[in-house]
Amino acid sequence: MSITPSATALAEAEDLADGDAPGLRRRTRRRKLGGNMSKQYPMWFYIPAAVLFLVLFLVPTIASFYFSLTRWSLFDIQFIGFANYVQFFKEPALVQGFTNTFIFGFVTSALKVVLGLLVALVLTGRIIGRTFLRAVIFFPVLVSTIGVGITFKVLMDPFDGVINETLALIGIQGPAWLTDPTLALYSVALVDVWRGVGLATLIFIAGIVGIPQEYFEAAKVDGASAWNSFWHIMLPLLRPATVTVIILSLIGGLRSFDLIWAMTRGGPGFSSDVIASVIFKQYQAGFFGLSSAGNVILFLVVTAIIVPIFWALNRKQVEQ
Amino acid sequence: MIAAVRRNVVGIIAIIVAIVVFIVPFSFILLTAMKPQQEASLLQFSWPAQFAFFENLVEVVSSRNFMLIWAFVNSTILTVVSVTLMVVFAAMVGWVLQRRPSKLNPLINFLVLSGLIIPPAVVPTIWVLQGLELFGNLPGLILIEVAFGLSFCVLMFRAFISTIPRELDEAATIDGAGPLRLFFTVAFPLLKSVIVTVIVVQAVFVFNDFQNPLYFLPGEPTVQLTLYNFQSQFSTQWNLLFTNILLITIPPLVMYIFFQKQIVAGMTSGAVKG
Repeated sequence: MSITPSATALAEAEDLADGDAPGLRRRTRRRKLGGNMSKQYPMWFYIPAAVLFLVLFLVPTIASFYFSLTRWSLFDIQFIGFANYVQFFKEPALVQGFTNTFIFGFVTSALKVVLGLLVALVLTGRIIGRTFLRAVIFFPVLVSTIGVGITFKVLMDPFDGVINETLALIGIQGPAWLTDPTLALYSVALVDVWRGVGLATLIFIAGIVGIPQEYFEAAKVDGASAWNSFWHIMLPLLRPATVTVIILSLIGGLRSFDLIWAMTRGGPGFSSDVIASVIFKQYQAGFFGLSSAGNVILFLVVTAIIVPIFWALNRKQVEQ
Repeated sequence: MIAAVRRNVVGIIAIIVAIVVFIVPFSFILLTAMKPQQEASLLQFSWPAQFAFFENLVEVVSSRNFMLIWAFVNSTILTVVSVTLMVVFAAMVGWVLQRRPSKLNPLINFLVLSGLIIPPAVVPTIWVLQGLELFGNLPGLILIEVAFGLSFCVLMFRAFISTIPRELDEAATIDGAGPLRLFFTVAFPLLKSVIVTVIVVQAVFVFNDFQNPLYFLPGEPTVQLTLYNFQSQFSTQWNLLFTNILLITIPPLVMYIFFQKQIVAGMTSGAVKG
């Protein structure tokens, strides 16, 4: 088993904790103490959490399926079948939000994997200022998303912004980051990567540190180049860390709302809308049924993407 | 010798890149917060010609009838109460889930995971909250944060509890401890390190949360929403907006300075959060 600390929680999540060796030991011991031990772990311990989870999370989630089939305003509610979904996939503004969700999710998570791994490689080498660099790169993860959004909105200002003024100094005319409809979504995605790459980096660092040095030494003795030992030893062993980073950034990226809302509010036009911002806009406009349909679609998108990845990870671990 | 030089060169390049990419934006916040309005409106990355930090501070804090103070009070109550409830409830779930084999366990594990993955449905949640008269008030938002944060905490606790030997439970049981005493006086103290981790990670998340207060607590300010509200009000007063950003960045920064190890451990080991 070569599971890094970063992936143990995910692995544990699906591990039913029974069929393994500690489980066997547990069963024999329980027999020794009679059935008494299970009284020490009463089922009512679940109740406070279960009530909150059921009432405030499960019920609304299930109810959203019904509400998404209604025309629902402040005043009345009317069953209209799949009309909301038809509208969602017919109106260009809403369709754009749908496709943008995928673009945003995939672009940010791909960049976080690549950059996170690169930075982790640099920061596990013996360079000066390592601790400082790790601290600095992780800090944005903890800062208010809205604050980051507003700051970068100013830095990315097409005329007065620091970024374009700096580019102008070296003779490059910077793009209209947030006001160009073809670019806005990608600019926000870049800021999201800036914000989240620290977390990816630290997960990769935990993975790299967990690989026994002997593997690299053995490879060196056998005459493997640095590239070979990276590609054939490190990368396969970093698989759990990589999957963790991918899952984390996809869950975050597909549901992303705060940063987009702080930077562009989905604009210019609808060019940087995602499903989460469509949900908010329809809610604000009083189209509660349509907003709920957005929620159901987001639910389906997220599960359709995350569950197969999760399943693949678990199967791989069983094989190991 | 050559390797050492190369290492230092790589280090120095990395530090320069980190400064440009990560430190400049933060310094920009700090510098703009120190400038008077006119100078700040130029949006330049420059040393303030005139320092107006104190004036900005007073103006931001006192604007809109001290709304920022109210927001800090609300956010503090929200964070403290919701994180406390989350920790206790999730530890109880993690404890029984890890210790007691049951046919329900696969279902519970499934629900915990679904809580991490599924985006909460907005309007139906408001509908439920209205039915319970919890919409638009702080207790409602507190319970929302607890419900949405439980899954992450349960995973953290369950993983940690599996490292506590069962012999302790048995010894306490033989000594006559009931389930409550076993949990609160034997197990809970042993969970100290994971509790600290869960508290700091969740506190930062709840404090920084924007979306849930936006939906479920309209009309009452939390710190993230002051920023959002001031964004239009201060659209020409960048100095004040950035002073506000600076102020609400201080609590997470303090947490990070004191609990860097726990935060990093929590977010990289169990973190299934955006």
